[in-house]
Amino acid sequence: MGFFDDRAVISGVGQSDVGRRLFRDPLDLTLDAALAAIDDAGLTRDDIDGISTYPGNMAVPPGFSGAGVTEVHEALRLELDWYAGGPESPGQLGSVVDACAAVAAGMARHVLCFRTVWEGTAQAGGGRASVMPGMGGAIGGGGAAGGGSGRIPRMSGFTQWVMPYGAPSAANWIAMMATRHFHEFGTRREHLGAIAVNARANAALNPKAVYTDPMSLDDYLGARMISWPFGLYDCDVPADGCTAVIVSRADTAPDLRKPPIRVESVGTAIHGRPSWDQWDDLTTMALRDAGAQLWTRTDLRPGDVDVAELYDGFSFIALCWLEALGFCGKGEGGPFVEGGARIARDGELPLNTQGGQLSAGRLHGYGFLHEACTQLWGEAGDRQVVRPGDRRPEVGVAAAGGGPLAGCLLLTTS
Amino acid sequence: MSETVPAEAGSPSSEAAPPAPAQPFRLLPQLDDRNRPFWTGGEHGELRLWRCQACGHWIHPPSVRCPLCLSKELAVEATSGRAVVHTYTVNHQPWFPGLEPPYVVAIVDLPEQPGLRLTTGLVGVPVDKVRIGLDVEVCFERYDDVWLPFFRPVAAAAGSEAG
Repeated sequence: MGFFDDRAVISGVGQSDVGRRLFRDPLDLTLDAALAAIDDAGLTRDDIDGISTYPGNMAVPPGFSGAGVTEVHEALRLELDWYAGGPESPGQLGSVVDACAAVAAGMARHVLCFRTVWEGTAQAGGGRASVMPGMGGAIGGGGAAGGGSGRIPRMSGFTQWVMPYGAPSAANWIAMMATRHFHEFGTRREHLGAIAVNARANAALNPKAVYTDPMSLDDYLGARMISWPFGLYDCDVPADGCTAVIVSRADTAPDLRKPPIRVESVGTAIHGRPSWDQWDDLTTMALRDAGAQLWTRTDLRPGDVDVAELYDGFSFIALCWLEALGFCGKGEGGPFVEGGARIARDGELPLNTQGGQLSAGRLHGYGFLHEACTQLWGEAGDRQVVRPGDRRPEVGVAAAGGGPLAGCLLLTTS
Repeated sequence: MSETVPAEAGSPSSEAAPPAPAQPFRLLPQLDDRNRPFWTGGEHGELRLWRCQACGHWIHPPSVRCPLCLSKELAVEATSGRAVVHTYTVNHQPWFPGLEPPYVVAIVDLPEQPGLRLTTGLVGVPVDKVRIGLDVEVCFERYDDVWLPFFRPVAAAAGSEAG
């Protein structure tokens, strides 16, 4: 079973300091996380023969990429047998799936996977408007608004279809998907709010979380509107930090510090058009295909999952992942999360136990994988989930991406 | 309820551009051989898309072959200009100085073909009156060498300068 013939495991995880604005060199954060993960696995840097990362080295948007493959390769003077890094991937965790394939194929034994963001610091001073092309931030200069200066860059690729209409953000694009979901299934803002409130409650137990003040559903509903139906607390919080994960060949287990996490199955499928607005069913996004694929190579079922760490770059995406992964039926995500009891740490399906990106900070996908592993190893401290029967979680899902980007992993204890 | 309606919404004409200060700030597309028909069809008051001459499939965004039958025989044709709101968002975030919220961004379905849709802006309708299923029709705003297609409610079209 599985896609890797049981040859791929996760042997260690690490995370740098995480904060709203750390004003630290992102390579510094990256190496902190990488070395922590290598140590967590019981390895040394001499053991690392592969690197995989998302999205690779990118200058724009500011802070979106903190380090690429070659910087880390050089900084640690590694001897690599395999490496990969790039943005055209089944979501952020596609880079981890690549690493699983590499070790399963014998291309590498221990792959350092990482994701570094420093959007908090990079956007300091100008807010998110500073990342907009033409606003003096991302692409070229531009300066003052107003057409015809010749200095404001023109849009190409996908951006040309949305930028002219004042929709530069995934907040706008995914808000339209949420509106359609509301229309078809009767989903309400209170449903999205249940996800945000749950995340905040969990963040209070996470020492690295960005937002830990208590938040009620009324607080959520009272926040300023960003792009209907998304208010401020439907949007994740830009942060600085790096998360690293070591993917190892299963037959290296005797060399490892602790029993590794098994990669039981993965999902990377995308059968529809790879587009934010042309996808056939905007209420599912590409999560539909990745989620369905995950269950094709395992005997486990959604009811076996002890912890669900599901991407919440916007609250609505987590709701869509719940549906895509079969925790509830299509269109039933709203009633599933309503009131929050079912998704609480002591509920039927503990969701985003580290506080999600909504409250813990936008570590961009890798934070969910880090948390799933931490929970399965029983190392989550005050926020450790304990299942009925005083049982430690044994099965976890980590999923990342939204819109046309989607990748997920099903993990089990050894 | 305030509404954001550019001054010249509803004037699908080839007139010279109105004075720049009247227009909100908009980032514009980089024109090339593939997208020029779409972004300049408004000069003739038409919403124009590429269409496969072998199988009749409408193609958006543009490509170099028909994605269904793979024919290279593509030509530009005018659509009816009608559409139905598939979904929308009311944007409240001030992303760009010179483009004041709130305003409506929408994905509309074109009747020419199932699944034929595009992202656009809605004008001529208060932001709290927008709904999925609203019948709309194209109108254009000219910026430099680009005619941006917007959509407005069909009922609001007659004689309205959308104010």
